[in-house]
Amino acid sequence: MEKIKVENVTKIFGKHVNSALKLVEQKKDKTEILKQTGATIGVYNASFTVNEGEIFVIMGLSGSGKSTLVRLLNHLIEPTSGNIYIDGENISKMNKQQLRNIRREKMSMVFQNFGLFPQRTVLANTEYGLEVRGIPKEERTKKAEQALENAGLLPYKDQYPSQLSGGMQQRVGLARALANDPDILLMDEAFSALDPLIRKDMQDELLDLQQKVRKTIIFITHDLNEALRIGDRIALMKDGKIIQIGTGEEILTNPANDYVKTFLEDVDRSKVLTVENAMIRPISVNVEIDGPKVALKRMREEEVSVLLAVDKNRQFKGYITADEALEAAKRGEKNVMSILKTDMITVPSDMLIQDVLGIISESTIPLAVVKDTKLIGVLIKGVVIQSLASDTQGGDL
Amino acid sequence: MSKTLDSIPSLPVADTVETVMDWLTSNLNSLFNFVQSGGKDAMNLITDMLVAIPPIVFILVIAIIAFFATQRKFGLAIFSIIGLLFIYNQGLWDELMNTITLVIFSSIIAIIIGIPLGILMSKSIFAENVIKPILDFMQTMPGFVYLIPAVAFFGIGVVPGVFASVIFALPPTVRFTNLGIRQVPRELVEAADSYGSTGWQKLFKVELPLAKSTIMAGINQTVLLSLSMVVIASMIGAPGLGREVLSALQRAQVGNGFVAGLSLVIFAIIVDRLTQSLNKKK
Repeated sequence: MEKIKVENVTKIFGKHVNSALKLVEQKKDKTEILKQTGATIGVYNASFTVNEGEIFVIMGLSGSGKSTLVRLLNHLIEPTSGNIYIDGENISKMNKQQLRNIRREKMSMVFQNFGLFPQRTVLANTEYGLEVRGIPKEERTKKAEQALENAGLLPYKDQYPSQLSGGMQQRVGLARALANDPDILLMDEAFSALDPLIRKDMQDELLDLQQKVRKTIIFITHDLNEALRIGDRIALMKDGKIIQIGTGEEILTNPANDYVKTFLEDVDRSKVLTVENAMIRPISVNVEIDGPKVALKRMREEEVSVLLAVDKNRQFKGYITADEALEAAKRGEKNVMSILKTDMITVPSDMLIQDVLGIISESTIPLAVVKDTKLIGVLIKGVVIQSLASDTQGGDL
Repeated sequence: MSKTLDSIPSLPVADTVETVMDWLTSNLNSLFNFVQSGGKDAMNLITDMLVAIPPIVFILVIAIIAFFATQRKFGLAIFSIIGLLFIYNQGLWDELMNTITLVIFSSIIAIIIGIPLGILMSKSIFAENVIKPILDFMQTMPGFVYLIPAVAFFGIGVVPGVFASVIFALPPTVRFTNLGIRQVPRELVEAADSYGSTGWQKLFKVELPLAKSTIMAGINQTVLLSLSMVVIASMIGAPGLGREVLSALQRAQVGNGFVAGLSLVIFAIIVDRLTQSLNKKK
């Protein structure tokens, strides 16, 4: 289900908008346009759709237009041209009252520096959206308290924002947005002002929350790791243009152009991470000793369906699957030689993740990691992506 | 060169202003009369009420307000008691009450006009561009000049005094209101907008509360400026401490002038500290 549709939206700040538009069409770059016309390109010709229940991340460095783009979605900034549809309704054509209703009922925003009103208590802040809608005092207090309760903040309801830590303030910001029960959450660098550990907690909380409430979330960030962690899809922006839209994996494995590549290289850990950092412990059987029954028992214990096969010197020999081990056991075979498969790709442990991404995305089974021809680990697709997305502060670096 | 300059006839600015004034006085006469008599009655009533309060009660009330307004510190309370007793002792009590009435009236009128003007200025660049030079004009024009139209409109007495004081004291409230609202962080304005606030909701729920302390600083300035007009206003017959200063000046009585001036300073300090501490309180 399509929730938000953005169609050829352009925003140019300053005067001489038309001459700036012409220069953009001539593919002049931002600084040149600024020099010639004094106009700044905020967003140029952005088109995308966001599906219901999706976390759509808009990522870009500062000045790329991502914050402008999110403000265009609720018309805090009016687009110079183009159309924005929410649930099929063109909000660019709405009058003030209709637009206010959309803001009141359909979308709430969470801000980088929390956007909490300092003179209001936590509860009064959480009530704000309901208050401007004219919902009676009793009902809005009930709803706001429920939202705070869900965020674990109810004991702090009479405090002022300045009395809370950054992470808690942002939880209030999120509770305020959710108290309105909107379909769409706009999160503008919502976690960027938080320190890395708290940020990771908040990301987890957002993902948990998303499991429960299934909102359509537009998340703005400049942090690739954050984008990979929480985004169902990611749009990459540069100089006001959307360069690539895709899942994290698509963008990592198949960068649309050199800019995306360098962007990924700048922030991404695939350049420094080796296979050894991302592999997990291999669960193996010794082909020279263990029979199918031992293999099956180990699979049950470790809750896996594939075992790697090694000899007594831990040389990698191949792998066996649960189905075939069961067959072999029924046939009463004493060893696993007959069911050993050898089509698993091996990679050296010091290979860069960047170089392994292409291989692993094509392979349907995990990769074996070897060092001096000995098996030392196994590489699974999901874990590779996760290791790239994980917090740069942690890990084995 | 100077010949060419001299060949330009003198522009009739003064004449034009006078024509406008004449037109205003003759055409709006009944309005001015109404304001004059109504204002005078109202102010006399307030002054009479203030004078009717036993001085000792008045002093104690001020001291108690000062005590609580300054977070239960004794400094200002003690200063108020000693200062007000001194004014009473010098036989200037009735004059003080007249001055208080004048300051209260001109401050309240200045605030009632000034805050909406400041809000208008903060919301519209056009309004700001129009009002700003007018405020500059009002502040730099010597206070005495306002006495002339004041007399023309309202004759002499306390009402023209208030009129001149309002013009003189208005600018800080307007400027600080404008500044305070423009200084509200952009993110908070966006937050208010993004939740679908109307313009009035945004103003009353977000902007004015956040601009409050800046606006209060402007009001403090307005009160002090209207106090400083007290002496000038006495030249057109406004009663109060200013008249004592003026008559001492006219008779070259240094001692009396000093006492009346000192009384004004004492009152000004009390008013200033009180309005400031109201601002600091949560």
